[in-house]
Amino acid sequence: MWDWSYAAEILPDLFRALRVTVVATLLGIAMAMVLGLVLAIGRRSRRRVARAPAAAFVEFVRSTPLLVQLYFIFFVLPDLGLTLSPLTAGVIGLGLHYSAYTSEVYRAGIEGVPRGQWEAATALNFSARRTWTSVVLPQAVPAVVPALGNYLIAMFKDTPLLSAITVVELLNTAQELGSQTFRYVEPITIVGVLFLLLSLVSALLIRRLEARLAFNR
Amino acid sequence: MTLVASVSNIVERLLPGALLTAELTVVGSLLAAALALAAGLSLTARAMPVRAAARIYVEFFRGTSMLVQLFWLFFALPAFGVELSPLQAGILALGLNIGAYGAEVVRGAVIAVPKGQAEAAIALNMSPGLRMRRIILPQAVVAMLPPFGNLLIELLKSTALVSLVTLSDLTFRAQLLRSSTGETLEIFSVVLVMYFVMAYAITLGVRGLERRVSRGLDVGGSWKTS
Amino acid sequence: MPSTGNDKTAAAADSTPAATPEENADVIVRFERVTKQFGELTVLRELDLEVTRGEKLAIIGPSGSGKSTLLRLLMTLERPTSGEIMVDGERLWHMERGGRVVDANEKHLRRMRGKVGFVFQHFNLFPHMSALRNVMEAPVRVRGMDGGAAEAHARELLDMVGLAEKADSHPSKLSGGQQQRVAIARALAMEPEVMCFDEVTSALDPELVGEVLTVLAELARSGNMTMLLVTHEMRFAREVSDRVAFFDKGQIAEYGSPEKIFTEPEQQRTRAFLRAVLEPR
Repeated sequence: MWDWSYAAEILPDLFRALRVTVVATLLGIAMAMVLGLVLAIGRRSRRRVARAPAAAFVEFVRSTPLLVQLYFIFFVLPDLGLTLSPLTAGVIGLGLHYSAYTSEVYRAGIEGVPRGQWEAATALNFSARRTWTSVVLPQAVPAVVPALGNYLIAMFKDTPLLSAITVVELLNTAQELGSQTFRYVEPITIVGVLFLLLSLVSALLIRRLEARLAFNR
Repeated sequence: MTLVASVSNIVERLLPGALLTAELTVVGSLLAAALALAAGLSLTARAMPVRAAARIYVEFFRGTSMLVQLFWLFFALPAFGVELSPLQAGILALGLNIGAYGAEVVRGAVIAVPKGQAEAAIALNMSPGLRMRRIILPQAVVAMLPPFGNLLIELLKSTALVSLVTLSDLTFRAQLLRSSTGETLEIFSVVLVMYFVMAYAITLGVRGLERRVSRGLDVGGSWKTS
Repeated sequence: MPSTGNDKTAAAADSTPAATPEENADVIVRFERVTKQFGELTVLRELDLEVTRGEKLAIIGPSGSGKSTLLRLLMTLERPTSGEIMVDGERLWHMERGGRVVDANEKHLRRMRGKVGFVFQHFNLFPHMSALRNVMEAPVRVRGMDGGAAEAHARELLDMVGLAEKADSHPSKLSGGQQQRVAIARALAMEPEVMCFDEVTSALDPELVGEVLTVLAELARSGNMTMLLVTHEMRFAREVSDRVAFFDKGQIAEYGSPEKIFTEPEQQRTRAFLRAVLEPR
């Protein structure tokens, strides 16, 4: 049922694929963190032109499956003239999807900054830009780093969906290996264990980071 | 073809898939609810082995990707002599995965019930089972509903994964339709809207349920009062 | 020294709360060298106490002196670190099996627990049930009483505490004093032999205290219920109790009749406490 030599044989292939998974995750979370912040600030704008589309985007993206969004980006964009590599499409898909979640996280953090801080900035005649960059964000963002970290882990666990748009990542490499030898147990189990280990390690690191941040405040 | 005609044509072709998606959501959520309750209560049990078993289940299914779990059930399980149909594997993966998240919700809600309630129940000589059933759980349920609502929507979204094990759900049929007609933009836009509509229906349903439960629910009424 | 009452109370009228075994008139609750520690903190120290059937015992003393813990141990909400608690002649936390003394199993605990009732400082009514259902729930579900009989009994009790017309109200619609009275009815519905009252008026607004004390006084006057009352209401304690125990730092510092404790306390710390409590009036 379990062949250790076979498992050892396929490990190099799987680790190579793991690199793609990790790259996709890191790029995706970078995009989600930036875009999410933009969305969160947009939703707090006084102008309806900025608020409404941002809110609509977030609601819509959060209510629909990531897989379908990936298909949308991968298949629809070429029709509109923009052809993307599978990995690029995947990263954009992950980034857009998770930006909806990170924007909510940022919102909570921004709303957690006491009103008095905003008023002090106004009293000191700060521009809107300076208020955000010098006063609000430095207080809002550290508070939400743990929540953002959790979404990093969630995104990591969603990378297998990229296989549906032909990205050669960890899970479909396992599938491929399995279909060659008809031994699926070892590849998929190893992939599962790798995900579990990496999630657990990341969760621990995030908790450490959380404690470090709490200590500094 | 006019836009309206083309859209309604697409909807018609996708409807059977939407039905299967709805089915998966309902059955999957029943399994998830049952597991969430069992594991969630086990996490608060006094016996350490019970707590440990539940904790392992929760951490394992939360820490691994649902697609990996689905593939394992569908591709790897046959090697152990158990062959699951795509439908069975799908429901199992959905239930096990979302159930693990649900267990944490149940646990959080149960330990949030004020300690005095349990003490009052002990003082009245209620057994642990009676305490949980009649006093703690009814009060915990109110706190559980909003997070469960979110999990239900997560479950709906996760049903799309079963298309990758060739189950004819909404997403699978959309892919089929795309490869046969090539109307990518229309098809995927319609699909996204259909999922959105279903998610919104769930949100409304849960909100309605929340209102009813918090209206001072008198649980039971199983003995006759004159 | 004036002696009050009959022989058995005279025998226990000196400052030791535990009578010698031979003079053992119907003792319903006995604490034998009970110690309770919470981690590093020792809340009760080698406590000895005897309560006779039908006695109304008032327990007074500064905060943190262990008074509530005493009641909670009796109600099995906490477990003693060492020592033995006897209820109605039987051990609470241990039982005899095949001639040996072992830890009590759940069945034994349930049986013993049924003899004790408890009213909490913060009422702890079940918010998702009406007052009537609060009172009925345990008799029906725990004692298997018939629904109709339980309801009649519950209505009687609610009437006794003056809340007959509030039977169908939920706790959120009742004042603190009303909730506490329902809590008393709920505890009485299980017909315990010993009732514990843990500072039952301390969480109430001053104007609501009286209605609860009235119920308690009536209860003390009318029945043979054994009552242990931890309270800060000194006047009430003096009027209603047969015995008063003054607690300090985990032990009974002084014990005796109300007249003695309140008018001629022997110990300096008893005097200091009473002065602090009774002064600003």
